[in-house]
Amino acid sequence: MKYLKRLISDYTPVKSQLYILFAGFLLTVMWQNANAQIAVIGETVYTVSGDPITNGVVLISDGKIEEVGSEASIEIPAGYEVHEASVVTPGLIDARTVVGLAGYYNEDHDQDQIETSDAVQPELRAIDSYNAREFLVNYLMEEGITTVHTGHGPGAVISGQTMIAKTTGTTVDQALVDSTTMIAVTLGPSVGSNFSSPGTRSKLISVLRQDLIRAEDYATKRAEGNVNSRDLKMESLADLLDGKITALVTAHTASDIMTALRVQREFGFPMVLDGASEAYLVIDEIREAGVPVIIHPTMIRPFGEAKNSSFETASKLHKAGIPVAFQSGYEGYVPKTRVVKFEAAIAAAHGLGMENAIYALTLGSAGILGIDNRVGSLEPGKDADIVLFDGDPFEYLTNVNSVIIDGNVVYQRD
Amino acid sequence: MPGSGLLMSGQTVYVKPKPANTIEEMLIMVDEESGIYGGLKMANGTNPLRTDGTPGTRAKSAALVRSLFVQAQEYKTQFDEADGDPEKKPSRDLQMETLVEVLEGKRIVHNHTHRHDDILTAIRLADEFGYRMVLQHVSEGWKVADEIAASGYPASIIGLDSPGGKLEAINLLNTNGKELERAGADVAFHTDDPVVDSRFFLRMAAFGVREGMSREKALQALTIAGARMMDIDDRVGSLEPGKDADFIILSGDPFSVYTHVQQTWIEGEKIWDRDNPEDREYAVGGYEIFRASANSHTHLEGYK
Repeated sequence: MKYLKRLISDYTPVKSQLYILFAGFLLTVMWQNANAQIAVIGETVYTVSGDPITNGVVLISDGKIEEVGSEASIEIPAGYEVHEASVVTPGLIDARTVVGLAGYYNEDHDQDQIETSDAVQPELRAIDSYNAREFLVNYLMEEGITTVHTGHGPGAVISGQTMIAKTTGTTVDQALVDSTTMIAVTLGPSVGSNFSSPGTRSKLISVLRQDLIRAEDYATKRAEGNVNSRDLKMESLADLLDGKITALVTAHTASDIMTALRVQREFGFPMVLDGASEAYLVIDEIREAGVPVIIHPTMIRPFGEAKNSSFETASKLHKAGIPVAFQSGYEGYVPKTRVVKFEAAIAAAHGLGMENAIYALTLGSAGILGIDNRVGSLEPGKDADIVLFDGDPFEYLTNVNSVIIDGNVVYQRD
Repeated sequence: MPGSGLLMSGQTVYVKPKPANTIEEMLIMVDEESGIYGGLKMANGTNPLRTDGTPGTRAKSAALVRSLFVQAQEYKTQFDEADGDPEKKPSRDLQMETLVEVLEGKRIVHNHTHRHDDILTAIRLADEFGYRMVLQHVSEGWKVADEIAASGYPASIIGLDSPGGKLEAINLLNTNGKELERAGADVAFHTDDPVVDSRFFLRMAAFGVREGMSREKALQALTIAGARMMDIDDRVGSLEPGKDADFIILSGDPFSVYTHVQQTWIEGEKIWDRDNPEDREYAVGGYEIFRASANSHTHLEGYK
């Protein structure tokens, strides 16, 4: 793409139309390449939906996975482009990030993860802020992350919506998997540091409950066809109450987690816990509520609300049977984003184990995000999102050799 | 060390993180005679810049630093010419005394610097006044690796999970170690905790190796190279007869994610053991660790 950009910008306006035509032709060629037939051969293929396959093959056609099996059982058809690697996994999924809304310059113009004009803004759409060309999106892709659940960050009672994108494409529409995935809710003191009100936990919850009660009325009127003037804020909250979207509730301390469960019981909306530093103190309560957890970045700095975080929480949640996924979260300074694979690696080395960590990064995450019909495992019919590694994906010295998204080889090392 | 918000923000200290009641017990003396146990922190680039123009630009920053060293040179000349005569000696000036220690090579400058042109400015100033200097951060070191190696000043670098977040450091790459090694510069790692959690010090060097640094150079960058940069390599930084018995015991390859530090020994004493549950919590985290620890001096600040 760099080459195309240069091609277009280097020529005079008189000639530019011609070159845009030529660029269009090149894009067509590239698109055809996306639909090329590819065979991926791995010494170990982690399908995730089944046991790992030694000397496995994944056949890709038309952007989808065609067939998966052992080298002995699959004959690679003529004309398939062959890629080989030591380890092959499904594309990795970052279950909670702000990348694309928050950019790597960290200047006002590329920081859209939090809007501080109002503490409750469920109507803010992530798609209106997502920059598919953001450098960090591509950076994550080159580490094997093929899908991101991104959007508004923590720090407001309701900061806005989230969306799911593939880490490819040059526009949000090309990248999009799901435009309206969750509504980001935050409990705890970070809200008070961004807004003059609410300043306490009790006030925060009263603000949230009052709006949800209003939304119940709105939802009832909407169902009866009695809404005279549309209210975007109420529409979003009514969608939440109707179960069309999920609440992504950031809560770190055990008491804030319990509050999240209390509010969820009152209104009955679908919920995923985010952060949850002290989840290990209330494991039984979380399991009984049937709520999945997108655990804080394993290496989160143990400050403030997260001061009691532990590298072992993911392992403890997993052992308790609670669905758990990993996230890169939000970083305000240096580095500007974490890499979800590295966060999972530390959990893998602290009780979770390698295969459980791969599961959480792929199919586990896809299940929590509601996209396991498309991504998360190497199964026929699923999107051909595949990562080729030269060793254990979590080892510090392992490199990503290639990344395939929707059947298109989007990255090759060297 | 103090921060990078000023051209010269103060002196640094070299300490061992061992159980102690006083800072004196923790200090590593570089020069017993002069009582020097640290360096001088300096910074250039955007951090020390001020909207009121003191300094407002890179050139002003350099001019202010140069003026101070010119003053220190004159102070030193007066002092040397007095030859011990109390009548002729200049009156004591603590700022000038510290800078004279720098000019005499007793105190090493630790110079925060990111952009390649700022790195070259730091080198230019050190060359002009002949002081010893360690380049700290050196984010764009890979752009001027040959110049750094030729200058002879060592580079203390940081590795990150991603670039970005700070405008003058957005070109920081984990290939920095490889490029500086190739050029022949001395390289150490630092964490700048909390930029990198110090629990992940080894991990940073492992990423240096992933990006092309040799294992040998990366291990040196975690040990002896840093010791050289503080002038304490006669005491620490390698396992040699006569040196302080400071060492760690690892469960495996230092550059594997699955490896844990099992024990930490300082001066022949085991100060941390992963098999001890309380010690282990310091490595992996958990509930109210700082408050629970009877030995912690920090629990009052840590518990808010």
